Amino acid sequence: MNQTPLKSNSRLERILAAGQFAVTGEIGPPKSHDAGVIREKCSQLKTYVDAANITDNQTGIVRMSSIAAGILIRNEGLEPVIQMTCRDRNRLAMQSDILGAAAHGIKNILCLSGDHQSFGNHPGAKNVHDLDSMQLIRMFQEMRDNSQFQCGEEIKGGGPPLFIGAAANPFADPVALRPLRLKKKAVAGADFIQTQLIYDMDRFREYMKKAVDLGVTESVSVLAGVGPLKAAGMARYMRNNVPGMSVPDHIIERMEGAVKGISNDDKKARMQASRAEGIRICIEQIEEIKEIEGIAGVHIMAIEWEAAVKPIVEGAGLYPRPEVEN
Amino acid sequence: MIVADQKPIEDIRKMLKGKKKVLAIGCGTCVAVCFAGGKREVGVLSSAVRMATELEGEPVQIDETIVQRQCEKEFIEHLGDQLGEYDAVLSLGCGVGVQTLADQFPGTRILPGLNTKFMGGPTEQGVWEERCQGCGNCLLEYTGGICPISRCAKQLMNGPCGGTDEGGRCEVDPDTPCAWFNIWERMDALDIQDQLMEIQPPKDWSTSRDGGRRKIVRKDLQKPKLDEGS
Repeated sequence: MNQTPLKSNSRLERILAAGQFAVTGEIGPPKSHDAGVIREKCSQLKTYVDAANITDNQTGIVRMSSIAAGILIRNEGLEPVIQMTCRDRNRLAMQSDILGAAAHGIKNILCLSGDHQSFGNHPGAKNVHDLDSMQLIRMFQEMRDNSQFQCGEEIKGGGPPLFIGAAANPFADPVALRPLRLKKKAVAGADFIQTQLIYDMDRFREYMKKAVDLGVTESVSVLAGVGPLKAAGMARYMRNNVPGMSVPDHIIERMEGAVKGISNDDKKARMQASRAEGIRICIEQIEEIKEIEGIAGVHIMAIEWEAAVKPIVEGAGLYPRPEVEN
Repeated sequence: MIVADQKPIEDIRKMLKGKKKVLAIGCGTCVAVCFAGGKREVGVLSSAVRMATELEGEPVQIDETIVQRQCEKEFIEHLGDQLGEYDAVLSLGCGVGVQTLADQFPGTRILPGLNTKFMGGPTEQGVWEERCQGCGNCLLEYTGGICPISRCAKQLMNGPCGGTDEGGRCEVDPDTPCAWFNIWERMDALDIQDQLMEIQPPKDWSTSRDGGRRKIVRKDLQKPKLDEGS
């Protein structure tokens, strides 16, 4: 094992540094101050994932702060990956928040542009975008490695120990630019990447081949985004409405086939059959992803279906999660 | 040019409530070219207000005039003689025009008849699009001549977000092309796509609105002040 000193010593970083196949999950905070919601979701994910992302006002909807929710799950024994978007904060607030998060022992951060506010519940809000995600990655990297604020001023006492992540949407247009954009994030200072949900394994293999050829995976750990489908309708909706979402026909056909022969009136049985098939597909996809060169793990997005994480992780032979020395 | 749109007639009627005599002033430059505040639009709007207020039994007398450039003092000074007889002025200039009138005629109520939208130009008949936000530090050199500050909903400076729909449309508005898709296509065609790998550092927004009210002083063009001699 190489002896390069760890940047943050987060559990996620240690797992990846040890060459283990990493598993991350995702928790969406509630639209309230109810800490119980976070603890409940946390209990479903804990021990099945190495760390869990906490979304940051995802889809532009006001929710409990990602850092605050991250502290809650950290106290429950689950390591958070704090998501931070460029939509709601300028460079002062972002640096201030990351210092605060680090003071609470938070180490993993995922740098995002952020969904546009027009999709959320305050469409009249002013968006900030003082920095873009690339500049955010670089700013945190310089804070950590050079102990410098973005303005160049020294951070007395040293920079925060961060493990810096970024997102990638492999199939969004312009498709030819996407592997280069991934490379640019690596150059900017990303340590790990979590991709958008992947259902089209053939296209994903092509994308990863390009990423490997560009040398991206030498410096960055790529975690492929996966998520269990709940129903054929959900698969069709994502294919038709989510940019860059490529859902092959054979996946949709399998989801349709899962409820064949079950009476339309028996909604419960249809739902159970459908969801079981969604979990099976997800497990199979993880098995395929494990074989792709340059892949360091999976990021399981089962938002509002946290109970699916356990059977997926177990089914994919990824349980128990490895212990890594602190 | 500055592109503007007329305010809804209901908003204008609300603004004019209680006024007996109003002067509508158009502008012969940008807003005439985009058919929002030229001579014809002043005429149509004034007629509409006259008819509506007559029907309500509270007729407003609206006189019409137009100046070549509402944003320059020299072009509006002559209006001063007649303003005394009006309860208000309805400006069909852009926001600059409204404020130039207000600066010049502090004793007169100046009301805006337009919503000033953006700096841009026509892209097809009847369609105008934004092209510049006046950030004060042009970066078109790095982006193939396409401005992501004015044309990307997130003002991204280092490439597209994940929300580009198939065919290069912005997910925020499917009728709008993704600026970064266009930048990529253009730079690819010019064979300068490698430049996109350079990380653009955080922008210095102090030259933009964020730095406070902006002004340009050109000493070489200023009139010598009397007390400075020469």
